[in-house]
Amino acid sequence: MTDPITTQEPETGAAPVSGARQVWRRLRARRSALAAGAVLGLLVLLALAAPLLAALEGQDPNTYHDALVDSARGGVPFGDLGGISAEHWLGVEPGTGRDMFVRLLYGARVSLLVALGATLVQILIGLGVGLAAALGNRFVESALGHVTDVMVAMPLLVFAIALMAVVPADFPRPVLLVIAIGLLQWGGMARLVRAQTLSLKKLDFVSAARLTGGSTWRVARRELLPSLAGPVITYAAVLLPTNIVLESSMSFLGVGVKAPTPSWGHMLSSATTWFRADPMYVLLPALMLFLTTLAFTVLGDGVRTALDPRAASRLSVGTKRRTARTSSARGAA
Amino acid sequence: MTGYLLRRLAGALAVVLVLTAVVYATFYIAPGDPARLACGPRCNPEQIAQVRAQLSLDDPVHTQYWHFLQGLVTGHDYSTGAGVLHCDAPCFGLSYQNNQQVTDMLVERLPATASLAVGAMAVWLLLGTGTGLLSALRRGGITERVLTWLTLAGTATPVFISGLGLLMLFCAYLAWLPFPTYVPLTDDPEQWAWNMLLPWAALGLLESAKYARLTRSSLLETLAEDHIRTFRAYGATERSLVGRHALRGAVAPVIALSAADFGSMFGNAVLTEMMFGLPGIGQLLVHATTTLDLPVVVAVVTVTGTAVVLANIVADVLHAAADRRVVLR
Repeated sequence: MTDPITTQEPETGAAPVSGARQVWRRLRARRSALAAGAVLGLLVLLALAAPLLAALEGQDPNTYHDALVDSARGGVPFGDLGGISAEHWLGVEPGTGRDMFVRLLYGARVSLLVALGATLVQILIGLGVGLAAALGNRFVESALGHVTDVMVAMPLLVFAIALMAVVPADFPRPVLLVIAIGLLQWGGMARLVRAQTLSLKKLDFVSAARLTGGSTWRVARRELLPSLAGPVITYAAVLLPTNIVLESSMSFLGVGVKAPTPSWGHMLSSATTWFRADPMYVLLPALMLFLTTLAFTVLGDGVRTALDPRAASRLSVGTKRRTARTSSARGAA
Repeated sequence: MTGYLLRRLAGALAVVLVLTAVVYATFYIAPGDPARLACGPRCNPEQIAQVRAQLSLDDPVHTQYWHFLQGLVTGHDYSTGAGVLHCDAPCFGLSYQNNQQVTDMLVERLPATASLAVGAMAVWLLLGTGTGLLSALRRGGITERVLTWLTLAGTATPVFISGLGLLMLFCAYLAWLPFPTYVPLTDDPEQWAWNMLLPWAALGLLESAKYARLTRSSLLETLAEDHIRTFRAYGATERSLVGRHALRGAVAPVIALSAADFGSMFGNAVLTEMMFGLPGIGQLLVHATTTLDLPVVVAVVTVTGTAVVLANIVADVLHAAADRRVVLR
């Protein structure tokens, strides 16, 4: 019915297991999702251990090594493959001679932190707005509906770039990126939460909780939130790779994290002038970024199928029959 | 239908108004002193005061916003030292950098962005839907597996990676193409197409991946519907099932999403433009951001936001036109 990647539903065979356990079992049975999870786990470990690994290699991300680049050839690293050596495991940066291995690791930190932070902000705002719109009175509902419409119409990348023009230069950039991406791209999440809550509201267990005297807040917390977890996690899994791409895009455009903080997007933008002389400088950050987003996408696909094996494609951005409203604006092109 | 359109357009106008208000508030009120920015770094206090008066920055915020809207609808007159400079509607003001009219700057940049968007859309409509159909029809085979992984990889790739890859391959190693430089279509159509080839491919291939996935799942869903089952039970061949009955419903969401994407392309093309040095709207925005040219920034956000809103209406109307079961309300 759907992709082979998204449908190899395992024959569980055993007695039905409930909830999280069953989801976990379905997820584990998918080799692609497992592999993606392993890649991401490794990446997180590498990012966490970046200072340790840097010490092991004996390098740091910001020291210039002028002796390692050929100033006669415009700064191309000496040696093969971008100057790979026992001291510099993945070579050095052309022009400056900074250590590539350590810079790539620190770049992973920026990428993951910004993406996770932004996703968290999107989940929180989306949950808040979506729940309020579904549970509030007519005025609240229509007001929040309009706000969401405006947010979805906001050209995300354009607005995020523009925002960088007005924020004071000394504001910490990673935090700013989290705020910008998080505050601008919660429209889809809010719509999802609202729609899910509206259909949950009609179910008996929610009515029962209300009839026994639970306040709206208590019902939301005790009854609705646990049922919303599945769809919210699924959508967050779609948002994560988008956020990673957004962070690197903004750094690529020169409006992301500031030098000398290493960022894959920024490396790739400087690499545009080096790709003839030093292809390794393009390949390494490109490979890191590609593997990360691919792993997140595959894992997201896996989570989606594991949570809802029947409707594997219902949540994928932009798919599925849409009725009156068009789907939310998608990520960067 | 007319009622629906009027309602949607009214809604769109409201959204755009709120959007401009938010943008205006963010960009003119937040930074320290627009007059200083407009005047440049070498201005003395008197000159700044003069600029402040010229831009009426001492007025209350809502008055300023009202003037901004007025300028959009009726145009605006600026008194410069030498005389009066008329800025035709829609007037987005004057650039802080060179006093050029922002509207002119936008119009100047539009062809490059439009060239990119049109070409990329052609690529994703042909290649994306083609791949999607192929993979849906070859279900369970090796073709489908390969295509599925290819499209998955495509959706995970940012455009600057595909762009760099194409540049390295075709400009550096194979040397089949020169490094792209933008040539306007009106100057030399052939050179225009040759130079746009790589940008179209870089952006179009990635979008194709998304469209292949959409087309595939959409066709499979349609094929699972009751009326198709009935046709099949009556003995319709697989070929006529797909060609005559399923394709239309399956393609409807593809058309709708294409229209919506075309609209958001005016903002989203910024990465491709920067990658290949295309003088488009996105490039204008990035330069304006780095030079703090606020009128340009506000104009680009307004225009791209409007494009998204309008494209969404077009998308919904096209969706309903292609698939009668979709109700506009």
